[in-house]
Amino acid sequence: MEDIQEFIKKIEFEMDEIEPGTIQTRTNFRELEQWSSMMGLIFIALIDTEYNVTLNGNDLINCKTVLDLYEVVKNKAS
Amino acid sequence: MALTSIQNIKITAISACVPKASESNYDYDALSDSEKKLLVKTTGIENRRVARFGMCTSDLCFASAEQIIKKYNINRDEIDVLIFVSQTLDYFLPATSIILQDRLKLSKTTMAFDIVLGCSGYVYGLSVISSLMSNGNFKKGLLLVGDKSTFSLSKEDKSTYPLFGDAGTATYIEYDPTATPIDFNLQSDGAGFKAIMIPDGGTRSPWTKQTDKIIELEKGVKRNMRNLWLDGIEVFNFSIREAPINILALLDYNQTNIDDYNYVVFHQANLLMNECIRKKIKAPIEKVPYTLKDFGNTSSASIPLTMVVELGNKLAQKNNLILSAFGVGLSWGSVAIKNTKINCLPLIELD
Repeated sequence: MEDIQEFIKKIEFEMDEIEPGTIQTRTNFRELEQWSSMMGLIFIALIDTEYNVTLNGNDLINCKTVLDLYEVVKNKAS
Repeated sequence: MALTSIQNIKITAISACVPKASESNYDYDALSDSEKKLLVKTTGIENRRVARFGMCTSDLCFASAEQIIKKYNINRDEIDVLIFVSQTLDYFLPATSIILQDRLKLSKTTMAFDIVLGCSGYVYGLSVISSLMSNGNFKKGLLLVGDKSTFSLSKEDKSTYPLFGDAGTATYIEYDPTATPIDFNLQSDGAGFKAIMIPDGGTRSPWTKQTDKIIELEKGVKRNMRNLWLDGIEVFNFSIREAPINILALLDYNQTNIDDYNYVVFHQANLLMNECIRKKIKAPIEKVPYTLKDFGNTSSASIPLTMVVELGNKLAQKNNLILSAFGVGLSWGSVAIKNTKINCLPLIELD
């Protein structure tokens, strides 16, 4: 799997009106101004399309930071 | 495994009816401007038709059926079977199909019954009426499919209210020994029944004083136990996981591939989700019509409504079609209809 910086770039691309560089590995994505439950669906769709990994509701609930999310995807992809 | 092929069935015509009254998600106050933008981008839904108080699914289906009967000058005594597929019935009992038999002035020799399914209802209904008519004992049938989903929505629930619209449809089916067999793949998973449900009012959990108590799950998400409860993430995951597998199994069963089809019509659930499914089955976007923008998720009516509104005259020429539906139940299925010419009648708007 690609490195976390590429992963972050893709997430930032999906989040409209976010300044590139806003998201760091330790960013709690739920605290972002742009976050909403709808973003959860966008993340799931992105991760499904890009990495062929299906995140379930619990996966998402258990993730706080972008790094947590990256680790889940990485584990499921391998 | 519910993979099956049904012979001698011709889908002659489809008619659809929506309420005239329309609501725009841009006018929905429970959402902030940025939430509205994100909702439209994600779900693709801008406008929805909403049936007024007292207008039932059966009224929308009745108008659709009348249009077909008049257009084809069908002798009402010759309709052998009428099936009504809906989760928004006129009464707890009797079955709405039977009331419609009388309202449509069909003969007392007509077989009529209801099927209670939502999102998957059109594909399931088509399989049931086709099976019944395949041996030639019944020559003409009407499949009436639709929902007044807005009936059970909480206006204060921003996670469901902006998604659904109302619609009713009618499909005219005839026995035809020259027709190409129709292939179905139907599936169910009751383990996911809580993902989309109206919790109270049935015999498992009857109405009590608690039923109308408003529960606030998060800001902007208030509902009671007679409202629709929707677990968006679970439904999303289920659909993108199962719908493509179901379609690919159907193609494997009938030894065709996606390029053999002119159109793939999905249940209109949510743009992001449908697009994920479309990409997984490698269907090009120009073959996949949408009515989400102006009608929202119209439950069981969404496939025939999309055929009428978006494909219309194109279906009058010979086509190969895939229809794929997935949702509440959980229930899902797909159908491959080959060498078919379907006459789509003009969309009706009911006041």
